Amino acid sequence: MSDLRNADAGWQEQLANAYKSFGLPRLIIAGMLVVLLIAAPLVGANFWMQITNVINRFSWNSVLVLAMVPMVHSGCGLNFGLPLGIISGLLGATISLEMGFTGPMSFAMAIAIATPFAILFGIGYGWLLNKIKGGEMMIATYVGFSSVSFMCMMWLLLPYRKPDMVWGYAGTGLRTTISLEGYYDQILAKFLQIRIGDLVIPTGSLLFFALLAFMMWAFLHTKTGTAMTAVGSNPTFARAAGINVDKMRMLSVVLSTWLAAIGILVYQQGFGFIQLYMAPFNMALPAVSAILIGGASVNKASIANVIIGTILFQGIVTMTPTVMNNAIHMDISEVLRMVVSNGMILYALTRKTEANS
Amino acid sequence: MSDHVPLLEMKNVAKDFFGNQVLKDINLTLESGQVLGLVGENGAGKSTLMKILFGMTEIQETGGYDGDVMLNGKKLHFTSPFDALAEGIGMVHQEFSLIPGFTATENILLNREPQKKSVVSEVFGERLNTLDRKSMKQKADGAIDKMGMHIDGEMVISDMPVGHKQFTEIARELSKEQLKLLILDEPTAVLTEREAEVLLESIRGMAARGIAVIFITHRLQEILNVCDKVVVMRDGVIVRDVASKDTNVSEITRWMVGRTVDSDTQMHRKPPETRTIMSIRKLWVDMPGETVRNVNLDVREGEILGIGGLAGQGKLGIPNGIMGLYSAGGQVTFDGKEIPLNSPRTCLDSQLAFVSEDRRGVGLLLDESLEWNIAFPAMQIQNKFLKNYLGGLIKWRDEKAIADVTRQYIEELQIKCTSSRQKAKQLSGGNQQKVCLAKAFALEPKFLFVSEPTRGIDVGAKALVLDALKKFNRENGVTVVMISSELEELRQICDRIAIVSGGRIAGILPATDSSESFGALMVSKVV
Repeated sequence: MSDLRNADAGWQEQLANAYKSFGLPRLIIAGMLVVLLIAAPLVGANFWMQITNVINRFSWNSVLVLAMVPMVHSGCGLNFGLPLGIISGLLGATISLEMGFTGPMSFAMAIAIATPFAILFGIGYGWLLNKIKGGEMMIATYVGFSSVSFMCMMWLLLPYRKPDMVWGYAGTGLRTTISLEGYYDQILAKFLQIRIGDLVIPTGSLLFFALLAFMMWAFLHTKTGTAMTAVGSNPTFARAAGINVDKMRMLSVVLSTWLAAIGILVYQQGFGFIQLYMAPFNMALPAVSAILIGGASVNKASIANVIIGTILFQGIVTMTPTVMNNAIHMDISEVLRMVVSNGMILYALTRKTEANS
Repeated sequence: MSDHVPLLEMKNVAKDFFGNQVLKDINLTLESGQVLGLVGENGAGKSTLMKILFGMTEIQETGGYDGDVMLNGKKLHFTSPFDALAEGIGMVHQEFSLIPGFTATENILLNREPQKKSVVSEVFGERLNTLDRKSMKQKADGAIDKMGMHIDGEMVISDMPVGHKQFTEIARELSKEQLKLLILDEPTAVLTEREAEVLLESIRGMAARGIAVIFITHRLQEILNVCDKVVVMRDGVIVRDVASKDTNVSEITRWMVGRTVDSDTQMHRKPPETRTIMSIRKLWVDMPGETVRNVNLDVREGEILGIGGLAGQGKLGIPNGIMGLYSAGGQVTFDGKEIPLNSPRTCLDSQLAFVSEDRRGVGLLLDESLEWNIAFPAMQIQNKFLKNYLGGLIKWRDEKAIADVTRQYIEELQIKCTSSRQKAKQLSGGNQQKVCLAKAFALEPKFLFVSEPTRGIDVGAKALVLDALKKFNRENGVTVVMISSELEELRQICDRIAIVSGGRIAGILPATDSSESFGALMVSKVV
């Protein structure tokens, strides 16, 4: 009898725990997404087109969200300095184009050129974060924003010459948006693309994300990855076990910066344009809120958090404008996006201590 | 005497947390001026009982309690600690509830300060009264005097040694004039033996003035020294309620654990006359509160060496310095090779291991599973529990090997947990300590430092931990250096005991020597 009671209590507890770990905000957002999906055909929007949009946006953004994982694991918090990695990616992209590469080669070269920049910037950024332990997320925000501002000047001053990249009238300084047609527009998305009626699946992009996500997952299962997680969980414990804490943190920052660089290149190939100047400024917050919606906390994050979070966040962001516009002929999507992303960050930060994954 | 009304009476008190019965049929009485010792293993229900008495809100939030609590014959039902305070019940908690940046005087009289009216407060009301510093000092000093231990009223809490903080809390309760009943929840846990004696003395003083005291402690001898009666709890019920003069430590222990814990049957073996495995020369360690000044010490292979001494004299600094957790200098030779200081990694590589006194801060990954906690150092340092792929380029975590070793230690050390994947923070203190030991054992070290292995854990777990250490020493031939504030515990398992005083080794004696000679060493060089 008592066994039965215990089992019963265990079941209820499990349910309560499941609810607790899923969290109210995630429940609300998932619910909203379901409502939007149901509402879409009712207000006259094409359901399969909506699904295609969501998958597309997922494929553009998922790598940027994945870039959050290493730094969360090493205890450096959420990478608000994502723009720094994005800038490495932009340097890779523009230099690859400037050097005259086209087609798939331009994408490969963009990655190859972005990598040393990402490593270099990551080391500098990691060095800085090791000096200010405990205040990482605040400093990271400043690093991200100031690097964007600095590069606003550099995009104008660096000696780019390629006609389809620079301002037409002056002949110097990069344009704010550069079309990727003829370069690597849709290079991943078109690979093994599946079309069923209105549903289009960018298989290549998804596979590319899956590859990176698998590598991340695998890394966290290695000796070094385990050490990184332990550093994030309790730095003193890690130090007492002979781990070089600063080195682990540095490695995580470099990884995160590199993934951000790759992430922006994947984003560009889907979107079809390179966006310069102030564009990286607004990339960090959506990625941060996506991983938080996915159930990550300031010091715990998994690949599942990345996938769930990106689908939920991008789902809301893409579905709302079409459904809302069709329904009430009013665009509130931007407002909603701000509320969701900033609200999620605020929620996560207030729950820092009790976070549980 | 039938119409005599006791100060405190509890009748059939019971409490459950969502169907989980933690207290049942609690009946006890307490007279004014009586000292009641409340003992029981961790989880026996002592704290819950005191929370009911003190009206802690969590009792209300979890559905209240059954039965009656009566003070001077009046039935009470507190809904918050403020009600309890108003009735003259004071409580000193295990965790300090003091404001670190305030002086002792300010803490003692917080929110009850004598005030002076001024022109401003006459106009704008009482909230703008100024503090009457002079009478505050008088009142605080009065309370400190009552206690019989001298602490500096002007000292800021954060600068105080841990014992003085405890005394400040007690003085705060004593400064309340209406105090009738004082609950002391393990006040001596953080005190050195001498400080504890002073505290016991002041408890006797309080009782003489008619204050009833409920004294909770794990140190049973204290109970016998100071209490009028002893109440022993086990699994939520009172198993014994006797006058303390009619019982003794071993009897109480037996009631507490419900089985026999024989602490004194240990036969001391002859200290091994082996070669010196570690020699420490001119060691200094800059560890706050535990400064090591100049330690010279030789450890023999295969022995259990105890390091004892008063709190703050530097005994904890020795292992922390050698293992590289605090900056240190001097010369340490292990197994013929010199160990570079300030480098945790090289120590671990030389097969030294350390179980820290700071379980939660240094010893555990609280948010991770037991598997991680136990396997992590061995994995990182000795590449155990790893599968190699691509010729060792990829070192993959071997989850199965990790689970196996964890289960083995769970069994061996009787760690109470739901599974090997349970998070370390969900375990009780004693079980967490066992995990810390398992972590060190998994390293299969040649030499083990264990710092305060029994701090804050109950009698049953304590015996298990000490036995595990002894077994590890005997069966694997591992040299163990154990640091502890409890001399009795050191004498139980060590071959030799070094006493640290003033940051130096005051002397080394065989464990069989008398307590008096150890005591004399402890205070010999105090700074």
